[in-house]
Amino acid sequence: MYQAIVFLPLFGAIIAAVISLAGARARWGGEGPPRGAENDAADHGPHHGAPGVHGGGVIHHAHHEDDGHAHGGEPAAAGSRSAELITTTLLIVSAILSWIAFVQVGFGQQDARVPVFNWMTSGDLKVDWSLRIDTLTAVMLVVVNTVSALVHLYSIGYMHEDPHRPRFFAYLSLFTFAMLMLVTSDNLVQLFFGWEGVGLASYLLIGFWYQKPEANAAAIKAFVVNRVGDFGFALGIFGVFALAGAVDLDTAFAQGPAMAGKTLSFFGFQFNALTAICLLLFMGAMGKSAQFLLHTWLPDAMEGPTPVSALIHAATMVTAGVFMVARLSPLFELAPHAQTFVVFIGATTALFAATIGLVQNDIKRIVAYSTCSQLGYMFVAMGVGAYSIGMFHLFTHAFFKALLFLGSGSVIHAMHHEQDIRNMGGLKDRIPFTYIVMVIGTLALTGFPLTAGYFSKDAIIESAFVSHNPMALYGFICTAAAALLTSFYSWRLIFKTFHGAPHDEAHYKAAHESPYVMLIPLGILALGSVLAGLPFKEIFAGHGVAHFFRESLSFAKDNKILDEIHHVPLHVAIAPTILMAVGFLVAWQFYIRRPDIPVELARQHDVLYRFLLKKWYFDELYDVIFVRPTKWLGQTLWKRGDGWLIDGFGPDGVSARVLDVTRNVVRLQTGYLYHYAFAMLIGAASFITWFMFARGGH
Amino acid sequence: MNWPILSVTTFLPFVGALFIMLVRRDDPTGNGTARWVALWTTLVTFGISLAMVMRFDPAVAEFQFVEKHPWLGFANYHMGVDGISLPFVILTTALMPICIIASWTAIQKRVKEYMIAFLVLETLMVGTFSALDLVLFYLFFEGGLIPMFLIIGVWGGPRRVYASFKFFLYTLLGSVLMLLAIMAMYWQAGSTDITVLLRHEFPLNLQKWAWVAFFASFAVKMPMWPVHTWLPDAHVEAPTAGSVILAAILLKMGGYGFLRFSLPMFPAASHDFAPIVFALSVVAIVYTSLVALMQEDVKKLIAYSSVAHMGFVTMGIFAATTQGIAGGIFQMVSHGIVSGALFLCVGVVYDRIHTREIAAYGGLVNRMPVYAAVFMLFTMANVGLPGTSGFVGEFLTLIGTFKVNPNVAALATLGLILSACYALWLYRKMIFGALEKPALAGIKDLGLRELVIFLPLVVLTILFGVAPKPVLDMSAASVAQLVEHYNLAVKTPGKTAGLP
Repeated sequence: MYQAIVFLPLFGAIIAAVISLAGARARWGGEGPPRGAENDAADHGPHHGAPGVHGGGVIHHAHHEDDGHAHGGEPAAAGSRSAELITTTLLIVSAILSWIAFVQVGFGQQDARVPVFNWMTSGDLKVDWSLRIDTLTAVMLVVVNTVSALVHLYSIGYMHEDPHRPRFFAYLSLFTFAMLMLVTSDNLVQLFFGWEGVGLASYLLIGFWYQKPEANAAAIKAFVVNRVGDFGFALGIFGVFALAGAVDLDTAFAQGPAMAGKTLSFFGFQFNALTAICLLLFMGAMGKSAQFLLHTWLPDAMEGPTPVSALIHAATMVTAGVFMVARLSPLFELAPHAQTFVVFIGATTALFAATIGLVQNDIKRIVAYSTCSQLGYMFVAMGVGAYSIGMFHLFTHAFFKALLFLGSGSVIHAMHHEQDIRNMGGLKDRIPFTYIVMVIGTLALTGFPLTAGYFSKDAIIESAFVSHNPMALYGFICTAAAALLTSFYSWRLIFKTFHGAPHDEAHYKAAHESPYVMLIPLGILALGSVLAGLPFKEIFAGHGVAHFFRESLSFAKDNKILDEIHHVPLHVAIAPTILMAVGFLVAWQFYIRRPDIPVELARQHDVLYRFLLKKWYFDELYDVIFVRPTKWLGQTLWKRGDGWLIDGFGPDGVSARVLDVTRNVVRLQTGYLYHYAFAMLIGAASFITWFMFARGGH
Repeated sequence: MNWPILSVTTFLPFVGALFIMLVRRDDPTGNGTARWVALWTTLVTFGISLAMVMRFDPAVAEFQFVEKHPWLGFANYHMGVDGISLPFVILTTALMPICIIASWTAIQKRVKEYMIAFLVLETLMVGTFSALDLVLFYLFFEGGLIPMFLIIGVWGGPRRVYASFKFFLYTLLGSVLMLLAIMAMYWQAGSTDITVLLRHEFPLNLQKWAWVAFFASFAVKMPMWPVHTWLPDAHVEAPTAGSVILAAILLKMGGYGFLRFSLPMFPAASHDFAPIVFALSVVAIVYTSLVALMQEDVKKLIAYSSVAHMGFVTMGIFAATTQGIAGGIFQMVSHGIVSGALFLCVGVVYDRIHTREIAAYGGLVNRMPVYAAVFMLFTMANVGLPGTSGFVGEFLTLIGTFKVNPNVAALATLGLILSACYALWLYRKMIFGALEKPALAGIKDLGLRELVIFLPLVVLTILFGVAPKPVLDMSAASVAQLVEHYNLAVKTPGKTAGLP
């Protein structure tokens, strides 16, 4: 069954890829077709190129998703429907099996190890492809496959105008497969495989509309920033192998205490080995989960189609970092300094991303910053040792954030690819179903009592309060403050999009509710956003944790955080709810009652406003300290290093001398080949002669 | 059956070349005959080498298929392969038919001579990897450069004379020094037989000098920084198949030389000089990756990325751990497939548009979807994405080096980030985007012949990515022995070299 769960999406991806390639080839043909076809292509070529060239003029706003325009009415690839149906069906089967696995493993305690085959063996290094099935994996299987199946279904509607649907579904299924390999990995290298595999899928999907320069740039940025994180991840793996002698998780966990007592030397500095390894591995998590300093790729990733944002950049891939820390909890639990750093980064991200979310105008970017911020919450939970609570938030967040993204997609779909909330307004009458589910998602995100987010988010804030981590207070303040901001920007989005007067009459009039194939996934996710909380509270954050997660999460002996959160003072327990309400009221005041206030505020605090609008100027900063120096260095090393120094004093200099000599002395322009052959002959001859003499000497 | 399978593999291409010489006609028919003879010769050679793989016992670390005949008196005709050399023999024989097919229509002048050059080159390359006598090795090793010169010099681009001259200058230095070292070794050990020399304990002083001399030759071949500048020029001027062989096989001769001579014969010197090799390797990885970022010529970019990838190989080899060396071998095999495929990818569009300038392309995916998919796969393999063969080699060399020197491994891992930068940038500039250039409007996707070329490379890249076992197992025993004796030699003070 587990093989089926993991490999069915791969199977679907391969079929869809074949359909996609066959279709694309049928459209343009291979080399040496009949003559007629060549003329045909030559005739149509320039015209087809034209929409891309003038794309900027055709679309109305810079942030539009101009897929429909850019492809200029290209016909859909043959077999689009079958590719959609095959991949979606396989994913639904996978999702159903995942829920069965969830019950079997979580409640039936049937952990499993499914060996697939040996990947590589070299000396004492042995890496296997295998599936590790325990409760932690089962939770992820459910999250990944459920959201993925719903996103596949939704995409049938959302992408129906796109001529490249088989390719899209192939990528989606490929992503799902890589993510499943990630969550089922039994060793760090397979984890890395899944890790980079989802990175590849993310790269391909962000750049799905490859004619858009911004999409291409965003795709590369995502891959490269993730690679920066993976740099740390890879070093962490090397460190584990060097110190524990193996890369499989069981050995690494068993060697954890031993590693905690060793030191690792880097460039003359001595580090506690386990702390260094955990920090390096966490660097990978920071990249994948878009944490502070490595977050810059996530907002740009919104260039991809919206279902992608829901699946990859909200519900699943970006939570891989959180999953990784949970999976490696036996190591992190022994490295308190690393945990402190995790809390610091998580808390900073939670607040930092929320501040940016306050002023953004692109509907998807607001939700993206919100994702970034919520991931920070999860890391705070991981850092203070409340692993199951972090996983709880991951679980609930998957539902309501996927819902918010798909809901945004429905809005964008209704508005014909308008994404700027300043051009929306009043949409609740035109697309009531979307409005309702978006409100449900917002309630869950902001932690309205009894919704899913209420249980998981409040539990994180409480665990930060009771934790003994040196950064715990910072974590508590940041997460609590972020709760206020989250509520504000979420309601701002709702009010500006759905309430008030329409800002763009033409768009408003043309707005239409999405087809059922999109509304059904929205409905299911809305249901999940309400129901994913209370029924699961006991097993994620209550007394059922030990029984439910068993060995898949590790709690040190003195880690009593899950008990302590039940004894927080009342004012702390209700604080998040109060902050949530305050955020709502302020947003109400700003965007419903007195829309002039935010405008006035932005004018009065222009510097602050720009600082937030420009995302704390991180992109500009990185451009100055990384991108430009790298380019300069590359250019300098090439022209000065290779060109002037090495070649100038090496071959070019020598060749100039040799040529002089050749001209003046030999006065004969022979080819260099003959020079060489000649030199070699002389060499060989002298060699043989010498041997003859030497032999004679013996 | 006891026929000299190794000699047959080595010299069959040469026989094929002789056959082509017999073709008198210089018209299209004669050219066609030359092509078909070359193709069948290389295919049969590949088949025979596969038979050799079947009969190869990977559990044995010693040389197999050994042939020994008296030859020059002081030097014998001594051939044999072990787990270190066999992968390269197979790589050579496997890529040759692909090169012949890739040149099928691209080469229209002097077809006969071209095919002869390639077949002779194959003989010399297989000979280099299977020679067990220093004299024989030297002849194959240096002789292999002559057909390569011809290929660049006759069928190359406009600056081919400059390119081959640069190549010549670098190589000349190495050759002379290596020749001197060979003489010194013969003087010391009284034999040029590699199996004897592997058991000989050279005094430390000689080890050092000989190491430096061999290093000069192999470092140029690899090529290592700072003697790498011939490679971009040679690649740029070489015809497509020439680039493939250059990147896939000729560069590997350097790495093979380190494994066959430097490490086992001069272990103490290798140990002493390892920090220098590490430094040069790290510089190669970082420096050339940065330079690759700024290239405007596709072939130059891939050439620079080759130098960076070879940096992982030298680093892994001189880490002298099992993973480092096995990873180095694997990385060379993988790079042979992947960089060969990348040069073939360049060749595909060069044949159509006749320019290597990156800026001349853009939006190819709009017309060449299958090509785009193939190019994406090899780009990802070049980036070292897990699941492709490119990952396994980099991963093993890095993990093997980390144990010995974490700092070197950490700096080399920077290559992970930089390779993503230049490879994805290249892909974006050439493949993605809107199709705006009028010259590209009528461009055609891969034809059947091109699909035939790419299919085996695609399969191998993925197969070796998820199941590298065949290659790793093939070399495991020999690598284990090499590491064992290296450690023995290094750890025993005063005792400086050699197999027991």
